[in-house]
Amino acid sequence: MMKEHFNILIIDDEQVVIDSISKIVLMENYTFVSVLDAREALIKLEQYDFDLIICDIMLPEMDGFQFLSKVESKRIDTPVIMTTGFSTIENAVKALYSGAIEFVPKPFTVDELTSVIHRGIKYNSLLRKKKLNDDSVLIVPCPSKYFRLGYSAWMNSDFDGSVLIGATDFFMKTLEQLKKIELLPLNEILTQASPAVKFETEDGLIHQLYSVISGTIIDRNIRITDEPELLEKDPYFEGWIYRIIPSEPAYEMKLLIPCSSDRN
Amino acid sequence: MNIFRTISYKLILVVSVTVILIIGVYSYFNIKSQSDVLRAEVERHANQLSESVKNSTRYVMLLNQRDHIQEMITRIGKDPAISNVRILNKEGEIIYSAKSEDIGKMLDKKAESCYACHAENKAIEKLSIKERTRIFKSDTDQYRILGVINPIYNERSCYEADCHAHSSKSKVLGVLDITISLAEVDKRIYDNQIRELIFALISITGIGFIIGFFVKRWVDRPVKELVKATDQVAAGNLNFSIKNLSNDELGTLGRSFNNMTRKLDETNQQLYQSTKMASLGQLAAGVAHEINNPLTGVLTYSSFLLKRTKDNPQIQEDLNVIVRETMRSREIVKGLLDFARQSTPKKSLIDVNEIITRAESVIKNQIKLNRVSFIKNFDSALPKITADANQIQQVFLNLFVNAIDAVGQNGGSITVTTSQINLSPKGTTQIKNAVCAKTHSLIDSEHKVGGMPTIKFKIKSGSTEGLIHLDPVYGNKNHSFGIAIDKNSALSLSCPTCGLSLIDKNNKCPECGGPVYKILIPNQGSLEGCASFKDSWQKWDLIDKAGEKKFIQIQIADNGCGIPPENLSKIFEPFFSTKGQKGTGLGLSVIWGIIDNHNGSISVQTEVGKGTIFSIKLPQGDSAKNI
Repeated sequence: MMKEHFNILIIDDEQVVIDSISKIVLMENYTFVSVLDAREALIKLEQYDFDLIICDIMLPEMDGFQFLSKVESKRIDTPVIMTTGFSTIENAVKALYSGAIEFVPKPFTVDELTSVIHRGIKYNSLLRKKKLNDDSVLIVPCPSKYFRLGYSAWMNSDFDGSVLIGATDFFMKTLEQLKKIELLPLNEILTQASPAVKFETEDGLIHQLYSVISGTIIDRNIRITDEPELLEKDPYFEGWIYRIIPSEPAYEMKLLIPCSSDRN
Repeated sequence: MNIFRTISYKLILVVSVTVILIIGVYSYFNIKSQSDVLRAEVERHANQLSESVKNSTRYVMLLNQRDHIQEMITRIGKDPAISNVRILNKEGEIIYSAKSEDIGKMLDKKAESCYACHAENKAIEKLSIKERTRIFKSDTDQYRILGVINPIYNERSCYEADCHAHSSKSKVLGVLDITISLAEVDKRIYDNQIRELIFALISITGIGFIIGFFVKRWVDRPVKELVKATDQVAAGNLNFSIKNLSNDELGTLGRSFNNMTRKLDETNQQLYQSTKMASLGQLAAGVAHEINNPLTGVLTYSSFLLKRTKDNPQIQEDLNVIVRETMRSREIVKGLLDFARQSTPKKSLIDVNEIITRAESVIKNQIKLNRVSFIKNFDSALPKITADANQIQQVFLNLFVNAIDAVGQNGGSITVTTSQINLSPKGTTQIKNAVCAKTHSLIDSEHKVGGMPTIKFKIKSGSTEGLIHLDPVYGNKNHSFGIAIDKNSALSLSCPTCGLSLIDKNNKCPECGGPVYKILIPNQGSLEGCASFKDSWQKWDLIDKAGEKKFIQIQIADNGCGIPPENLSKIFEPFFSTKGQKGTGLGLSVIWGIIDNHNGSISVQTEVGKGTIFSIKLPQGDSAKNI
């Protein structure tokens, strides 16, 4: 029996946040269900089908991280976007490491959340198609010696100690019609899980790509600003974005997912 | 305290016993030699007397005037010093005696006066003077008596005398026996003994008083001070220090005690500060969380209104203000989280000298206005360090403003000195990564010691199994044991992931001889430590070889009003301010947080009326290389 389908499940213990998110969701003509705690969310997940889950971290009884692991153990593959008022880098990294596809710090603007929801919905549809072995969807996984932060950004240590960072094929495919890429200037210091690249799409939305690792930008791939399609064609080699000198690689790399784990 | 347990009592006792022994031995020999001299003198005297009597009676003897002889002997015997004078014949009969009642009595040859010659039953005719004297107790036993016997030898005039009393065959005709009372001599010896005794007593009392006095001065008083100080420290008064320290060992102990207390105080302050910052961090996190949720509402709803009122520029303008101010609030809350050390500082390689100069330029006018001379003693070879330039500049700015306020309106000076210093790696290096031989990570970020992720081992002690979390600071020993371990039984340590033993069989702990664990620090060699946890031995060759860790030190000294001691403990507390409405009281606590965040430390020395020195130490080199 087919379960009833909604686009989005919203989990937050504050009604005003649920109202805000639901307003944004409705504006984009998505359907949604909202709950005030994670246990109820698990019940809803049994009852209905969702494209996307937007979940707060600080929740009564069962917090967002516990909810994530519960979802994983129940083999529910609905993508999860984490959001929290306690918006620290640690929380962001931990959320992405634990399986969330995106992390949105509160308070967010309408546009910020809209772009993330768009990507999330797209992510889910790509995932479904892939599952049905749809040949029109080919997502190139990142090379096995690479590391990634969440599903979206990758890094590769070079022999000289510098690190190349870029966007994954999956991330690029969640963007609809790339219009413009905005890079940070040279010598800028990046912090792990903070915005590093702005992608503007034709629909006017700004998509932020987070930095995989902290460090100083020593080189930028200017070619991609002129030919953004390079990013789509060869995201892991020709389509690199920054070369950086990492500041705390030993510590930060522990929170990254090795791409070798994607190939089993 | 029991007086018999005091050092002075013990010292006095030991010294007294020694003095008694020395004086006793000395007195013994002294008195003995005195007695010998006296006795020899008396002997000589007695002998002389004996000879005199013999000579003076010779003539009357030859005349055989017996009454005359008796008369002479009685007279001589009347001398108080002379106890008795007797003349005996060869058979032992008393012929003459100062005590007339004795005349005619026979003496046994075994009697003591005869014994010297007649010991062998056959008389010896010649005796030395020593052998002819004897000492014995008087009949009444009150004094001693010295007796001298003087044999009267036969000579021609004796046997040729008219009386024909003696034949020519006898060699010895009789014996003159004189006994002299030693009462006087004994009294002098006794007096001497009493004198020696009094001398000994006076010496002991004197020495006792002198030792007691100096022990009280040199030991008792400083010890009392020390006891008072330890009591104060035990009661929690870490500002207490011992004054009037002497130059001896107790003075050294006192100085080392003062040093310990000061160090304890500093550590305590840092700990207190850390704890407070941690709780303040939690507060800030809580506030941030609570404020961010309503801000979400404000931001989204105002953005919506913006979209819905595109045709009304007036409302658009007002709404833009709301959106803008909400975004600003978002940044403020983010700053609050930064303050709570939840966000990583944006570190880059910075030149501290340059940052100081930049901070100085910001407050140039204030410096001029207050007529302060700003002196920079820069180490021109100061290496660059990895730090957040803005935060570090904020630190200097705050300290400079404080210094200007302290100097006041009447001018003064602020001296900034930069230098390089070295500190030992033990107790300062954090182990940020550790793996077993199969490269499984041993780091446990869930369990923290001192706010840092720990190193996790599986531990088996007897039949119980559990986890142990090692203190991640090299050389420190605040390990947390998941199970009660028996330090005497064999412990097995293994990797919690694969169970591979972490014990290095080829090594023994150099301190207790027990087993040693060995874990790998990726790219940083390996760490060894005592696996029985009887001691805190740890060895990290690579770090030890790298030697002391390098720091740069920045000292900001002013000759202003100083900080009163009662405020000194509070200056790094949030919201503590002496500036009334002028300050928020966050300055120094923020500085503390920033320096702590850079793995550095800040300390202060101050004297009211003379000035204040703030010392900041920041680790050198790339923090990424600091493990």
